[in-house]
Amino acid sequence: MQHIVIVGILVIVMAVLTYFGLDSIGLMPVEASAQAVSIDWLWNWQVIAMSFLFALIVVPLVYSLVVFRRKKGETGDGEHIEGNTSLEIAWTVLPLFAVLAFAYMGAYSLGETNRVDPDAIEIRVKAQQFAWTFEYPEYGIVSTELHLPLNQQVVLKMESADVIHSFWVPEFRVKQDVVPGRVTEYRITPTLVGDYKVRCAELCGTSHAYMEAGVIVDTKGDYAAWIAEQAAIAAASQTPEGQGQILSVKYGCLGCHSIDGSKLTGPTWFGLYGSNVELDNGTSVVADDAFIKESILDPNASVVAGFPSPSVMPPYTLTDEEIANFIAYLKTLK
Amino acid sequence: MKKISPVVRGWLSFAIGFIVAYILGIGLVYLVNGSLAYSHLVSWIFATFAGAAAYSWGASGFSPLTKGLAWMNLGALVGFALGLVIDLIVQGSLNWVAPTASLFALLFGFTAFFLGVAGFNAVSKGLIWQISGTLLGAIFISIIRVVMGLEWSGPFLFTEPAWVLGGFLGVIFFLSGNGSVSDWFKWAKGIDTPEHHEESHAGWEKYLNISLDHKVIGIQYTVTALFLISVGGLFALVFRTELAASQLQFLTTDMKLFGQNGPQLYNTFMSLHGMIMIVSILLGMAGITNFVVPLLLGAQDMAFPRLNAFAFWISVPASVLLLMSLILGGFDTGWTGYPPLSVRAPMGIQMFFLGVFTAGWSSILGALNVIVTVMRMRSKGMTAFRMPIFVWAAIATSIIALTATQFIGLSFQLVMFQRLLGMGFFDPAKGGNPVLFQHLFWFYSHPAVYVFILPGLGVISELLPVFARKPLFGYRWIAMSSLAIALVGFLVWAHHMFTSGMNEYLRVPFMYSTLLVAIPTGVKFFSWVATLWKGKIWAPTPMLFVLGGIVVFLLGGLTGPPNATVSIDLHLHDTYFIVGHFHDTIFGGFVFPFFAALYYWFPKATGRRMNETLGKIHFWLMTPSFFILTFGMMRIGLLGMRRRIVDYDPALNFDATHLLLTVMGYLIAISVLVFIYNFFNSIKNGEKAEGNVWNSRSPEWQVPSPMPTHNYDQPFEVVGEPYDYGLPGSKYVEFSAPAKSRH
Repeated sequence: MQHIVIVGILVIVMAVLTYFGLDSIGLMPVEASAQAVSIDWLWNWQVIAMSFLFALIVVPLVYSLVVFRRKKGETGDGEHIEGNTSLEIAWTVLPLFAVLAFAYMGAYSLGETNRVDPDAIEIRVKAQQFAWTFEYPEYGIVSTELHLPLNQQVVLKMESADVIHSFWVPEFRVKQDVVPGRVTEYRITPTLVGDYKVRCAELCGTSHAYMEAGVIVDTKGDYAAWIAEQAAIAAASQTPEGQGQILSVKYGCLGCHSIDGSKLTGPTWFGLYGSNVELDNGTSVVADDAFIKESILDPNASVVAGFPSPSVMPPYTLTDEEIANFIAYLKTLK
Repeated sequence: MKKISPVVRGWLSFAIGFIVAYILGIGLVYLVNGSLAYSHLVSWIFATFAGAAAYSWGASGFSPLTKGLAWMNLGALVGFALGLVIDLIVQGSLNWVAPTASLFALLFGFTAFFLGVAGFNAVSKGLIWQISGTLLGAIFISIIRVVMGLEWSGPFLFTEPAWVLGGFLGVIFFLSGNGSVSDWFKWAKGIDTPEHHEESHAGWEKYLNISLDHKVIGIQYTVTALFLISVGGLFALVFRTELAASQLQFLTTDMKLFGQNGPQLYNTFMSLHGMIMIVSILLGMAGITNFVVPLLLGAQDMAFPRLNAFAFWISVPASVLLLMSLILGGFDTGWTGYPPLSVRAPMGIQMFFLGVFTAGWSSILGALNVIVTVMRMRSKGMTAFRMPIFVWAAIATSIIALTATQFIGLSFQLVMFQRLLGMGFFDPAKGGNPVLFQHLFWFYSHPAVYVFILPGLGVISELLPVFARKPLFGYRWIAMSSLAIALVGFLVWAHHMFTSGMNEYLRVPFMYSTLLVAIPTGVKFFSWVATLWKGKIWAPTPMLFVLGGIVVFLLGGLTGPPNATVSIDLHLHDTYFIVGHFHDTIFGGFVFPFFAALYYWFPKATGRRMNETLGKIHFWLMTPSFFILTFGMMRIGLLGMRRRIVDYDPALNFDATHLLLTVMGYLIAISVLVFIYNFFNSIKNGEKAEGNVWNSRSPEWQVPSPMPTHNYDQPFEVVGEPYDYGLPGSKYVEFSAPAKSRH
């Protein structure tokens, strides 16, 4: 009996220490969405349960090892106890209730994260290897950054051009896969102004690690200003160069091609037009209109030296006018 | 002159061999590139392999191992040269990193090793036949392609369809060529074969040949598993090294090996680490089960000895296929191989699919054998609730492996056909559905995790009473909890898909079923603690690993429910939290108990015991490192570290943690090296242990070690409960005639 009392006290002490220890180091990132609240609430209960159960098993285990250790020279056996049916029933039935309680809380928390606001703003998300593109259909805006207004639910309608991706902003908690051939929805209500990042969470190929994009939560005023500015740019960019630039954002080209000379998954566009390009078959070619067109329509036809062969870039079917606009844009990158 | 110890001689030879080969490597690179490179990969590979052969020569002279390693060096060089020439002819230019050359070096090196060790044996014959079969199949398809006017060659010498048929034929050739199916052919022709083969090879050579003895097969499985664990661990060290700091320093975009650049290699290593470890777990547990279950039952062998040998031997070509996938382009999908990514992945994925498909056969047939053996071959008096508890675990495991493994084979086969034949199973443009694959895949791959852990939990339950000197608390409850876990495990697969876009409402029932698994698992933990309570505990190495296993598995178990509750999983899914969680479950459920079982039954197999001091060093080095490793993984996972990424945003401030994790990874590797040295050294030099080393009640310990070829000379009858420690005068088994009075 004395052993049980000591172990009981130690279990409680250990559980409390474990819980406060874990709690004090701050396990989760900043809470930046309304959906995160119910998730973090449930997580906290899970940490309490984990701390208690950890103590409940480890304390008597370590206690037994210390107290019931065979002394030097001892050879005998322990007490002959085969089992105890009421104990077994107790530790089957009590956890059953705990499990059901957690399942119920889980369902409740899921319901909270799925709560629909009929006035949610709709934004379209396109995912592809290895870039995110965001479209605000009402304003004709296409952007590589996602801007969101504070305290306003948005619903992201997400589509994939190639393989499965997954939309995850750790500060928002919620994650949703983007599956080819269908539109998946992601509802979020940002509650904290700040710069975050969406990071693709489903392995999507060679440059999966770099499939990230900025997510900026603005106050409603800043958000409106950004929308107005972008809408103006979209309206003004009727020149071929402007149209070309919009294409490069829309098709996610910038996920693999830099415009500042740095090396990403694909060759940089900086100073590309008109330059001499060495191919991986040892020949070289001038990057003229024909070469650019071929590289878009059939990326595998000529692979630049130093890049994966066969090319990881999928073919893009652009119209001749779009290609002309794109080349006009490319010429500006020097 | 004073006698120098073999170890010193070994290291001296190693140093000479290493330096000479390193210089040769530098010379070769100079000849090829025209410039001096002092730290080229070629020099390192040359030096390592030559150094290993030189060590063996210095330490043991021209022993079989020395010969094997020397032949391996030679074989790899010949293979490399041959591959280079073929590649030169086909591609028209000399390419020193041509995958063809690497592939030939690997296959020839492997084969030459086994040829050198013991001439023609089942392994070397099998490998020679596998290489021939692969080339034959590939050439056959290539000829058809030439006739049809299609391209026949590619960067990997042959085209994808050619390699797939080749890989498949290679497996069939291996099995027909090494003799593992020859008895069945004889039966088909009406020729009788002896009921129980007497060993045609004595000593260690029997392990390289076909044997129908379950103990030999058990050891063959175990050693293969240790080899694969080392390979899988090596892959982990490679990518852990890259992760030690943000940005790319080691696997850079400029490097090129096996037709892949750094990030692509990272993906291949990471994906193969997963599957190779899974296969090694399946083989490792098959090894323990094979060795131990017939002994525990009092049977002479497994129910189907030939099927048993076949199930082992098919895993060898399967492992070769998995390694081939690394060289034939690799793949970037993770071990899960989700389409559409796996449909677009490089060609290595096909070898991966074939390898898993083939390894699955081993698992299914082995499980069938275990079930029949337990049903039919128990000793007199061994009723269901008097079976040793490990047998219950083996049965529960086998039920899953027998009925679920088909699903992973099927799902991978469908992707294979989608790639080869354009069947649009998972292609939305052709009416297919990518999410369907995930259902099929997880219908095996979730229950599979119970295949990995249930035998390990069985080992814990089996060993705990021996070292606590107390009956297993609640034997029936533990036995039933294994079955309960196995059966509930079939109904939880979709918890891997909470974010996949499957029907939203289905997530809730899967949350309930998943959380239910916690109950039988909890029963095990409570019963284990109650077993220890008021025992007379002693803790030699096997017990240390049992206790370590309990605590590590507890951490894995406790971090499970948050993943099961849907809303939290929306945050945790595909992060390092999951990586930490499942490494806890797998180490607690497999690695620790596997080591415990090896330390515990080693004297039964060899008549010697492993060194206690080295065993304790192994434990005390591995356990704390492992705790830090998984705690660190879970910590950064919660904060935003994704799974399966080659690089991470420096702004996340994970660099220090990742460096720590890498160091811990290396410490675990060192501890396993200590184990492997201890394992192989103790076979010859271990302290003699022919009696009941652990003072166990179990039948296999009532007869001398090593176990006689036909197991028990006299049958035994079960006359009591298996774990009645502390009950004076009680016995579990009684032999029909006392073993000693035979002479």
